[in-house]
Amino acid sequence: MSDIKPILEVRNLRVEFPTRRGLLVALDDVSFSIAPGEVLGVVGESGAGKSMTGAAIIGLLEPPGRIAGGQILLEGRRIDNLPYQDLRRIRGREIGAIFQDPLTTLNPLYTVGAQLIETMVTHLPLNPAQARAKAIEWLELVGIPAAAQRIDSYPHEFSGGMRQRVVIALALCAEPKLIVADEPTTALDVSIQAQVIALLKRLAREKGTAMMLVTHDMGVIAETADRVAVMYAGRIVEIGAVRNVVKHAAHPYSSGLMGSIPPVSRRLDRMQQIDGAMPRLSAIPKGCPYNPRCPKVFDRCMVERPELMPAEGNLAACWLYADGAPAAEAKHHG
Amino acid sequence: MADATPMLETRDVARFFDVSRPPLQRLLAGEGKRMLRAVDGVSFSIPKGTTLSLVGESGCGKSTVARLVVGLYSPTRGSVIFDGRDLAEARADSTQRRRMQMIFQDPYASLNPRWRVRDIIAEPIRAFGLSKDKAEIEARVGQLLTQVGLSPLDGAKFPHEFSGGQRQRISIARALSSNPEFLVCDEPTSALDVSVQAQILNLMKDLQQRLGLTYLFISHNLAVVRQVSDRVGVMYLGRLVELAPAETLFETPRHPYTRALMEAIPDLDMTGRQRIPVGGEVPSPINPPSGCPFHPRCPLANDRCKAEIPAMMPARGTPQTLVACHAVEEGRDRMGAPLVEAVG
Amino acid sequence: MARTQGAMARFLDSDIWYSFTRSPITVASAIVAFICIGGAVLAPWIAPHNPFDLASLQLMDAFKPPAWTEEGDPTYWLGTDDQGRDVLSAIMYGARVSLLVGFCAVLLSVSVGITVGLAAGYIGGTTDAVLMRIADIKLTFPTILVALLIDGVVRAALPREVHDQIALYVVIFAIGISNWPSFARTVRGSTLVERNKEYVQAARVIGLSRSRIMITHVLPNVLGPVLVIATLNLGFAVLAEATLSFLGVGVPPTQPSLGTLIRIGNDFLFSGEWWITIFPGIALIVLVLSVNLLGDWLRDALNPKLR
Repeated sequence: MSDIKPILEVRNLRVEFPTRRGLLVALDDVSFSIAPGEVLGVVGESGAGKSMTGAAIIGLLEPPGRIAGGQILLEGRRIDNLPYQDLRRIRGREIGAIFQDPLTTLNPLYTVGAQLIETMVTHLPLNPAQARAKAIEWLELVGIPAAAQRIDSYPHEFSGGMRQRVVIALALCAEPKLIVADEPTTALDVSIQAQVIALLKRLAREKGTAMMLVTHDMGVIAETADRVAVMYAGRIVEIGAVRNVVKHAAHPYSSGLMGSIPPVSRRLDRMQQIDGAMPRLSAIPKGCPYNPRCPKVFDRCMVERPELMPAEGNLAACWLYADGAPAAEAKHHG
Repeated sequence: MADATPMLETRDVARFFDVSRPPLQRLLAGEGKRMLRAVDGVSFSIPKGTTLSLVGESGCGKSTVARLVVGLYSPTRGSVIFDGRDLAEARADSTQRRRMQMIFQDPYASLNPRWRVRDIIAEPIRAFGLSKDKAEIEARVGQLLTQVGLSPLDGAKFPHEFSGGQRQRISIARALSSNPEFLVCDEPTSALDVSVQAQILNLMKDLQQRLGLTYLFISHNLAVVRQVSDRVGVMYLGRLVELAPAETLFETPRHPYTRALMEAIPDLDMTGRQRIPVGGEVPSPINPPSGCPFHPRCPLANDRCKAEIPAMMPARGTPQTLVACHAVEEGRDRMGAPLVEAVG
Repeated sequence: MARTQGAMARFLDSDIWYSFTRSPITVASAIVAFICIGGAVLAPWIAPHNPFDLASLQLMDAFKPPAWTEEGDPTYWLGTDDQGRDVLSAIMYGARVSLLVGFCAVLLSVSVGITVGLAAGYIGGTTDAVLMRIADIKLTFPTILVALLIDGVVRAALPREVHDQIALYVVIFAIGISNWPSFARTVRGSTLVERNKEYVQAARVIGLSRSRIMITHVLPNVLGPVLVIATLNLGFAVLAEATLSFLGVGVPPTQPSLGTLIRIGNDFLFSGEWWITIFPGIALIVLVLSVNLLGDWLRDALNPKLR
């Protein structure tokens, strides 16, 4: 793992929102990296900061939000402090973005072919004719039937699932090194979701593209991601191999989250639930931000904020895994 | 369970929407009226104290059914029967109307943003004249808030001061305030985070046990449906394609579409099973395919499926299941084997 | 009492108040509008003279220039007109009439507009089509033209004394009736959005009547944009009244408005008595501008997308 240079490296990223009621820290001390061909899933509840992490990386933070600390490195080069124009070039060429709603990404006034061709001509050494041939190839690759004819259709002439395929083609056609996909399947029906996920995963693997997959759907993560980061209140609380996090979550929040997903394979008398709700950014508790909801809370959690530390094969920000924790409990849960 | 009259019954109910362009434009373009067949011939019944769930993808008509059974839409064809009486007749009588309530999907749109929570919850009490006494209403609102896991003090706040899950609790409290017996829940948890979803589903189950409620539960999430239902109906393009006791449906799904839906659920147990998604997309309900609506996507379709609309009938092998499928009827549905054979 | 205090505290803590205090132009125009409106409303008590008290008028004092000029009289700050009336006092009384007409006209537009818009948006179908076509037709006539028409008809139909008595109401009606379609359209648009929201459906499930849902649920949620247009429309209404009065078909000369003052003064503009028309003109501009700036701010503050 360590001998491969990561495509993306995020170090101690901090994003702040100055508001009239004071400074809100939306992301705090977020660090992770993604290797070539690797899919990192980022999960968490709404407001946990997962989409904001993606936005910070592609340089599309909504004002007044700003990166207040840390670094974002793309192939070892800092991109968090670049001027807007440079960042825009990188965004098309080296980072591809896929959002939840395909209609916001596609320009309704141009045919999908025109948009694909323009992207490729701008970023790749291709002439328009070559780009057109390539565009048809891409549309075929993402599974659009009769691509040679559909290339001259407008976005509204495609169904939702097909549009999202076009968006995927558009994000991938400039052969970026990194793809940031924010809830790419949430707006799609289940049966379409499966098709799109399979497609994304295959393409990332084949092209050696690093992918950051932001979603609230653990099922999607379990199927697609290699590693997963669980976020809570603007911080990563656990990160590790996807299988390990899903099956043996170390952080009480991750294990609560996994436990509250209803299984389709059996009926439970009562579902496991996490009481309460995630704190608002303006009222994050002292110490561990999860402490008001945590069933395993003890005195240290109330005063001191935990850093990520090794925990059952993952990294978890939880005092249960520090020296001197109530050890008996730490080993048996989940 | 002594009362054998179902809480709710629909008989061949249908609802079409006119989606034609304005008359003048239609004339100029030389096209006829265009009808969206949102619901087309749906029959089911819900015994008292039980939960029937309707599942399907967006546009399958499940939310239209929910609105039909509470009278927000009137049926184009067929009838809805509420506790033995025609729905229109029952809705004209406020003592009957009070017995049905609805919970909506979007907790951010289902509460009037200009009203205080206590007024939102008290609205049905006032509208049905259940109590005129101010102190009594206040006590009842406090009790309802406690019942859904909030504090009576929350009544003085406005909806925007609450999170999505808390708002959904307020919606439930409002629905319960007229002492209903039948609750229609239209995707009550699909706008919520999973951990909150579990809270709401647990709450709904508790309330059902405690108050003996009957639920019609609408959802696109099969895993959620499995947790709450006694019986499950699967809808596709405005029609019911399979209706079965929950356990039967999840253990032995019969209709190819139900099987495709099950197949499409991401596998959290990480067995490494390779899923083979069913191809294609849901056709438009304005121009539904001939014959069985699922035939263009169905791996089992043959000429009969293209021509003849299958009727709901008990399935071979699982007689408690009603299924509308020629392949099942003819016994060529490869029961127990994968629907789509892995290629390559 | 505790409740009003809570409401006050909530208001001071609200985003609206915050955005207000953060915009110097808005604060300035609010102060100016407040002074204008205050001066107008309180004119009978604070104006230095009563320009309509014939007993106090002296023709000797006619055509006095403003106080700071050589021939100025310190008792008449902004000078006097041809009949010896104090221009400042006349402006204050005139603004009173202008604002009265403006407010009442807007109130009329708002009431008609909301009623039509709610009904069109909530009931829909043929009702909607008919009402909105009427609004469209109404919009194709310029305000002034309609007002002239109404005034002309009333003038022709009634004897002069009766007409003078009700002239004020005629102007209010003429201006008010020509502005309702903009309110109706806005309310209809918002109503179409609100009626499909689930809280309205919840009220329908309970079985509330259509009018009750419209009034208790939909109406409070469509008032925001109405308030914005009403503020902007107040400026237009005051201007429309001034235009009508300038053309001589507005309020009767016994109750001169700002427009009447400008018209009267206009006759003396070229003979050198510029102050008689310029000061009412400036007062009109300042009043309309400050009210419109407030309206612009309100529009931005209530529209989260522009923030």
